[in-house]
Amino acid sequence: MAATTPATAPGTRQQNRGPGARGYLAAAAAGAAVLALSVVSLFVGASDITPARLVGDPDARELFLLSRVPRTLALLLAGAAMSVAGLIMQMLTQNRFVEPSTAGTVQSASLGILLVTILFPGAPLPVKMTAACVAALLGTLLFLGVLRRVALKSSLIVPLVGIMLGAVISAVTTFFALRYGLLQTLGTWESGDFSGIMRGRYEQLWLVGIMALTAYLVADRLTVAGLGRDIAVSIGLNYRAVVALGVGIVAMVSGVVVSVVGTLPFLGLIVPNLVSMVVGDHVRKGVPWVCLLGGGILVLCDIVSRVIRQPFEIPVGTVLGVVGAAVFLVMLLRRRNVG
Amino acid sequence: MIELTELTKTYGSSTVLDGVSLRIERGGVTSIIGPNGAGKSTMLTIIGRLLASDGGRVTVDGMDVDRAPGREFAKRLSILRQENQFTTRLTVRDLVRFGRYPHSQGRLTAEDHAQVEAALGFLDLVPLAGRFLDELSGGQRQRAYVAMVLCQDTDYVLLDEPLNNLDMKHAVSMMRQIRRAADSLGKTVVVVIHDINFASAYSDRIIAMREGRVAYSGTPAEIMTSEVLLDVFDLEVRVEEVGGARIGVYYR
Amino acid sequence: MSAEQDVRPEQGEEQARGPRRLGPRTVPAWARIAALAALAVLCAALYLTYGVSGNVAYVVERRTTVVLTMLVVAFAGAVSTVLFHTVTDNRILTPSIMGMEALFVLVQTCLVFVFGIAGLSALPPVAAFLSQTALMVVFALLLFQRMFTGGIGSLHLTLLVGIVFGVLFNSLSRLMQRLLDPNEYDALQGRLFARLTRADADLLPWVAVAVVLVGIYVWRRHRLLDVVSLGRETAVNLGVDHRRVAVRMLMIVALLVSVSTALVGPMTFFGFMAATLAYQVAGRHEHRYVLPTAFLVGLCTLVGGQFVLEHVLGHAGTLSVVIEFTGGALFLYFLLRKAAR
Repeated sequence: MAATTPATAPGTRQQNRGPGARGYLAAAAAGAAVLALSVVSLFVGASDITPARLVGDPDARELFLLSRVPRTLALLLAGAAMSVAGLIMQMLTQNRFVEPSTAGTVQSASLGILLVTILFPGAPLPVKMTAACVAALLGTLLFLGVLRRVALKSSLIVPLVGIMLGAVISAVTTFFALRYGLLQTLGTWESGDFSGIMRGRYEQLWLVGIMALTAYLVADRLTVAGLGRDIAVSIGLNYRAVVALGVGIVAMVSGVVVSVVGTLPFLGLIVPNLVSMVVGDHVRKGVPWVCLLGGGILVLCDIVSRVIRQPFEIPVGTVLGVVGAAVFLVMLLRRRNVG
Repeated sequence: MIELTELTKTYGSSTVLDGVSLRIERGGVTSIIGPNGAGKSTMLTIIGRLLASDGGRVTVDGMDVDRAPGREFAKRLSILRQENQFTTRLTVRDLVRFGRYPHSQGRLTAEDHAQVEAALGFLDLVPLAGRFLDELSGGQRQRAYVAMVLCQDTDYVLLDEPLNNLDMKHAVSMMRQIRRAADSLGKTVVVVIHDINFASAYSDRIIAMREGRVAYSGTPAEIMTSEVLLDVFDLEVRVEEVGGARIGVYYR
Repeated sequence: MSAEQDVRPEQGEEQARGPRRLGPRTVPAWARIAALAALAVLCAALYLTYGVSGNVAYVVERRTTVVLTMLVVAFAGAVSTVLFHTVTDNRILTPSIMGMEALFVLVQTCLVFVFGIAGLSALPPVAAFLSQTALMVVFALLLFQRMFTGGIGSLHLTLLVGIVFGVLFNSLSRLMQRLLDPNEYDALQGRLFARLTRADADLLPWVAVAVVLVGIYVWRRHRLLDVVSLGRETAVNLGVDHRRVAVRMLMIVALLVSVSTALVGPMTFFGFMAATLAYQVAGRHEHRYVLPTAFLVGLCTLVGGQFVLEHVLGHAGTLSVVIEFTGGALFLYFLLRKAAR
């Protein structure tokens, strides 16, 4: 990655380029690629739907609108939002290796859903979702609180602490799941899966789309926050407010995505890092790319998970886990060569 | 005698040792000086077989460092590196006892115990012997490491920047003890050292390195001249005779 | 010399508050080990006999199997972790945290993937176990040799790389399991998700023999291990062939992790907990004290924990999760304490 593009100094490249013609061209190409993937996603699946049948066959059209279109939309929304959540966390912690699943956020959301399921077994989705968001918020705040006590902010200790915090929270979740016989239920939202998505069961994801848009609107403030508290405050930014807003967005995105489709590990780690290599760390320039790439990667992984073991489907979270962990490893080991 | 033949070492594209050939005779204190990155520590580490070279060979009393059996070699030559951080919590005496490992493989005899006490005494460590290393000051800890190396009772002792992190008083006392180890115990001591004046005042021979090669080698009187030091360090140094030692003045 | 007295004040205070209270050398290490052993026996006796009724012979036999399993698991977890700590010259990394349990699960999954459950079942269990362990050792050597010899760099990087390797192995296993035939998937799940109280009793005698042999091998080298724990450079300086020792100990670690994971499944933080507590309890650095202490601490944790959970709190089957939680919290605490300096 870094070898093929002169991305080692993104800042310097960025200044003299600006959003020139080449930038728009690249954006158009990426957009077209994601569009193409989405079209493929629309026509892949158990029942045989072709563009031709859509025109002639009303049943096919109904099925298409009931399940295929919602699924692809859900993939794009969730992928984009999780990636943006990762980007925000990386800005707030000033650390490239942080994202909701390496900071205890996602694990807290799981715990929240589980507790609601135990306490109010028949709770509807919005209630579970709210619980997930609140728990995600608390988990993220806990992580940030713990980080504040770490004097040595080596870039590696931060994700280590986050991963371990996630493991401890997961152990609590597993304990309650075991105790109340909910281990199987827990499994369903531990691995992100879009096979159950249809009309009426994904619309909550528009919320996370709105969150991603919000991030774009406050992008400049997030960029400044990414320079660290000292610089941010001396520039005159209300640092606490920006952090609160960022954490709120991250918690909401994680909570909603986990409760609707399950965990999408590492998406928020891979996507912002890839984008940062090419366009640098300016959030306003980064967010559109992050959304595009995040949605695109998730759609691609979902296609793989549908095709690899036909007629069965594999949860996309499982595919993402393999891809994400592999990319994370490459990032870590490559970093060694540079440093 | 330590003999280096065409020793090379590279890290990636940078050459740290560029065909070093050198003889260090038995006895006395030999100091290795030179600017940062000259390859001093790398050379010492290779002689102490903690690092493999990329070419050339090192022999100690005719034994090839690469092929010598570890245990035999450990009775002949010992090396102390700069950074020694142990995860285990050891007392000073525990640490010094490890110096006897090459001789007794951990089952200490009465003679080993005598050696341990002698080394503790030699470095004035007896009052501290029961203390844990992490309770000591930097200077005390450094002395404890040196005591371990002396307790190993080898003919050759290599010390990599033994004065690091020592204040003036402790640095002087460390150099005195090194001198004493050479004079009264008959050791051959090789030290990598940054302070040219300590090298001048306490050693029998000085080896000056620069850019991975031995630039000069000789007695303190031969090395401690403005011309040599300018060539080695790229710095104007005024050399004066103070109290019988040649001292370089380079502060302003 | 007045300098003798200049003990660093902050460390001196920590000393006074910390282990000094017990006095590192006031209670001899052997007495501590004897006390732990007595505690372990007490826990085992309680667990074996508490509330036995009905078919006494059956219940006691079943509980004996559990205790024997825990004996093996405590040994494997504690000894493998201490050896790993010694060879890597640090006390944070453990084989489980570095992904070796996940590697074992992956190897199992691969074997089922390639040969099928039927093919694997056709092998005698011992042969199957040994071949798995052998594969595991090879993989572990390939993966971890660089880490052992410090080729990766900083401790934190090594740790993070190990953890992510673990995540990758887990994800790969999960993916491959999903690709299996549903029947095979169920069978594999049964094999992989053994619990402390439901271990494979047929495997136990074989495993016990392996563990005893390993124990003898390690015990005979306890002085060598003392030197190795000083780090590579010091060990080499003292005439130890560090590389050879490291590779052999890594092989033993792989064997022990396989044993433990095959018996009761993954328990990421158990070894860390046993070893970390043992260093505090033993008060000495020598392996002849540390190894037995770690084993006994592990045993007390398992048997005592099982007794409390099963008979006092009525939560049979959650011990490994509770250990996961406490061990994980302990790990986090150590990580933060180190980082806070």
